Amino acid sequence: MTNDNVKQALRDLFPDPEPVVEAATDAEAEGDKKKPAGKKEEPRINGLIERDHAVHGYDIDVQLDPGELLAAVMIINKAGFFIESITGVDWIKEEQLEVVYDFSRYDFDTCRIVIRTRTPRSEPKVPTISKIYPGANWHERETHDFFGIKFDGHPHLIPLLLPEDADFHPLLKDFKP
Amino acid sequence: MSGPIHIRPDETFTLNVGPQHPATHGVLRVKMEMDGEYIVKAETVLGYIHRMHELMGENRTYPQVLPNLSRLDYLGALGYTHGHVLVIERAAGIEVPERAEYIRAITVELNRIASHLFWFGAFVMDLGGFTPLMYAIQDREHILDLLEAVTGSRLTYCYYRFGGLYNDVDDDFIAATKAVIPMLRKSLKKYDALVTGNIIFMKRLEGIGPISAEMCRKYGATGPVARGAGIDFDVRKNEPYSVYPEFDFDVPVYHECDSLARYKVRMDEMEQSLRIIEQGIEKLPDGPIMPKKKPKLIKPPKGDYYQAVETARGSFGIRIVSDGTKNAYRFKLRSPTYSNMSLFDEACEGMMIMDALAMMGSLDLVIPEIDR
Amino acid sequence: MSLTILNAVIAVVAAIAFAAINAAYLVWAERRGAGRIQRRPGPNVNGPFGLLQPPCDGIKLMAKQLMIPGGADKALFMVAPVLAMAPAIMSFVTIPFSDTIVAHSMNIGVLMIFAFASMGAMAILLAGWGSRSKYAVMASVRAVSQNISYEIPMLITVITIVMMTGTMNLAEMVASQTGGIWHWNIVPSLSSPLMPVSFLLFFICALAETNRAPFDLGEAESELVAGFHTEYGSMGFGLFFMGEYANIVIGASLITILFLGGWGCPLGLYPGVWWFLLKIYLLIFSFIWIRWTFPRTTIYGLLNLSWKILIPISLFNLLLTAGLLKVF
Repeated sequence: MTNDNVKQALRDLFPDPEPVVEAATDAEAEGDKKKPAGKKEEPRINGLIERDHAVHGYDIDVQLDPGELLAAVMIINKAGFFIESITGVDWIKEEQLEVVYDFSRYDFDTCRIVIRTRTPRSEPKVPTISKIYPGANWHERETHDFFGIKFDGHPHLIPLLLPEDADFHPLLKDFKP
Repeated sequence: MSGPIHIRPDETFTLNVGPQHPATHGVLRVKMEMDGEYIVKAETVLGYIHRMHELMGENRTYPQVLPNLSRLDYLGALGYTHGHVLVIERAAGIEVPERAEYIRAITVELNRIASHLFWFGAFVMDLGGFTPLMYAIQDREHILDLLEAVTGSRLTYCYYRFGGLYNDVDDDFIAATKAVIPMLRKSLKKYDALVTGNIIFMKRLEGIGPISAEMCRKYGATGPVARGAGIDFDVRKNEPYSVYPEFDFDVPVYHECDSLARYKVRMDEMEQSLRIIEQGIEKLPDGPIMPKKKPKLIKPPKGDYYQAVETARGSFGIRIVSDGTKNAYRFKLRSPTYSNMSLFDEACEGMMIMDALAMMGSLDLVIPEIDR
Repeated sequence: MSLTILNAVIAVVAAIAFAAINAAYLVWAERRGAGRIQRRPGPNVNGPFGLLQPPCDGIKLMAKQLMIPGGADKALFMVAPVLAMAPAIMSFVTIPFSDTIVAHSMNIGVLMIFAFASMGAMAILLAGWGSRSKYAVMASVRAVSQNISYEIPMLITVITIVMMTGTMNLAEMVASQTGGIWHWNIVPSLSSPLMPVSFLLFFICALAETNRAPFDLGEAESELVAGFHTEYGSMGFGLFFMGEYANIVIGASLITILFLGGWGCPLGLYPGVWWFLLKIYLLIFSFIWIRWTFPRTTIYGLLNLSWKILIPISLFNLLLTAGLLKVF
């Protein structure tokens, strides 16, 4: 599905600003890490995984630390991707909140990149990417509404979809209406 | 109108457009900082019809949440339910019979035309012309009648099932659809003559409300908004799903980036949808509409699944994080108008209010879909 | 002496009644016409062809409570609708329906009508200002700038006609056009070759002066909610509404008198009030037709049209006619 050029460019681009991500881990992590048949789940190691578009709907799945987020988004921005959405997932068992960024392309070589970053549930904090993608502004506000994730440096982090005085975060798994 | 705008910050005032305002077609509110007729700054306030569909998606089983999807966008509901059934079929690995896929494509395209027709009427009404709305609604009525006959509802359809359809189409539907296509073609020509050629209409849209390709990218705008900015992007072509690769249709793209380009894209899209419907009826195979083998309980394996579909308003994405149970662990809806609307604040700065509202109309807003 | 006073009273009452009935039934005509244009029936329930709809509407409007928004300037708020309706009715006094039917023939009839017409802008301004609503203020500012810009080409055109006919009395203007269609002012003659253009120009100005679509910027409902009468309900709104239709009748009457030979027949036969009524209702129908066909212009497009196109053309026409009148 994915155009090889795009993939290759991204492969080349990624290890550069993130020396933490080891190329070896990438190769080993190929395939579905999320389905370790029957075994106990172990937290995913940061790195890039290629996914089957037909199964998952996206091609490249990157997990990184919040600190590396801006660098990665800058690379994606430079490659001409558009922002699709930002959302969160509450992994309450692991005491972590995951922020998921989707980027896609306008040209015919559709390549959807998913960037995930995890932040502790007690003090969820992620840098904002609204400086790079102004469209992230609303998505981040929405994620803040639903999960209470603080986006560092966001210009206007007030409730967007929830009432102005909302102090609850409905998509947290321990939310009681 | 362009030109130098001298803004004196001490002389501005705040204008609340909405939540009850005729131009917002629903309960959207835009706080505008105005300098006379010019907009200095705009801030969109959302959430007046927020219903937390994403939480409902986590609390309910997958089939239970299916009707929710058609409450997102009341004009083009089928596209959204299509997205949901596709992502579940993708996650749970359900095979869909070909006949069902074709009928899905036909009905989605009919719904797309109905949605565009309504938009057309409402958009011209935004510009002060009331009559085309009545014509458009009358034409839309034929489509709604068609869809009502097969789906059982007129607006909030729940027609698709995981793996197939709720019921099969009969010969009457095929015959009626065949009859409606030339009628719609005629109507489209009439609209072209009545509205597109109108000098006042052209003057109000040409060069007004520029949304550039780069702006689309930064805000993630899709659908006719992006295509009006010269971006050749249509999920049906770029990321083919269902049976769309089987159809021969074009993606209308205009490079002017103005409101008129967005208008033309949608008008051309109706013609392309008609082509798809024609081909779909031509190729419609016989066979079952539900798969023989289908799990009783939908339990997608653990994982994270995403599906994008092209709805009437743009690329609708649905993400399901499954933990292997019958409920979704996370149910994310990426609605196209949400992204399209988010660029309004920036795009309308420095515009006159009437041009800004014309641009807002050209974005084709459906508020429940933004607020979800 | 008392008989003349009685005569005058009857004439004035008749003029007012004509204005009121027209205003009421033009609403009906507009809605039926719009219905016909939009392939729907329009009001058809009350009475035959829905003819009882206007009285029903009137009763409904009068029975409603008159709401005054908090913080509004009460005096201005109450005065504005009256000021919208009264000048429109007053203008009827001097309009000649035929050579005998006229409430009061005046030497300066044209001047009086325009004097009263410009008070309409005042009513809109007061309504906008008095109701303390941002939408209303914006709309009234628009409407006033529009009225001012369109009064100029309109008046220049009228001056052209006054020069040609040599009178400001409306009845005499019609009298100078008697004797068939070739005597009407709309037909170009040697001394005034641009008269059809003037007619078109005057027609556009009349549309704009009455704040009708496509120039209904004062009540642009998709932008400014309902414009200057956003805050009005009940009969306050009713008066604005009736004032608009009364103004339409006056506009149509003026066009008829100035360009279309008033009560004269196109063939010069049987002149009479029926011809006048036929002509104004045809013009009113075209007003309705235009309203339901065209979208709204922009405020800058509107002002550009007036200042950059209409005023130069009307000035040129004035100069040309003045020159040619000297020659021929």
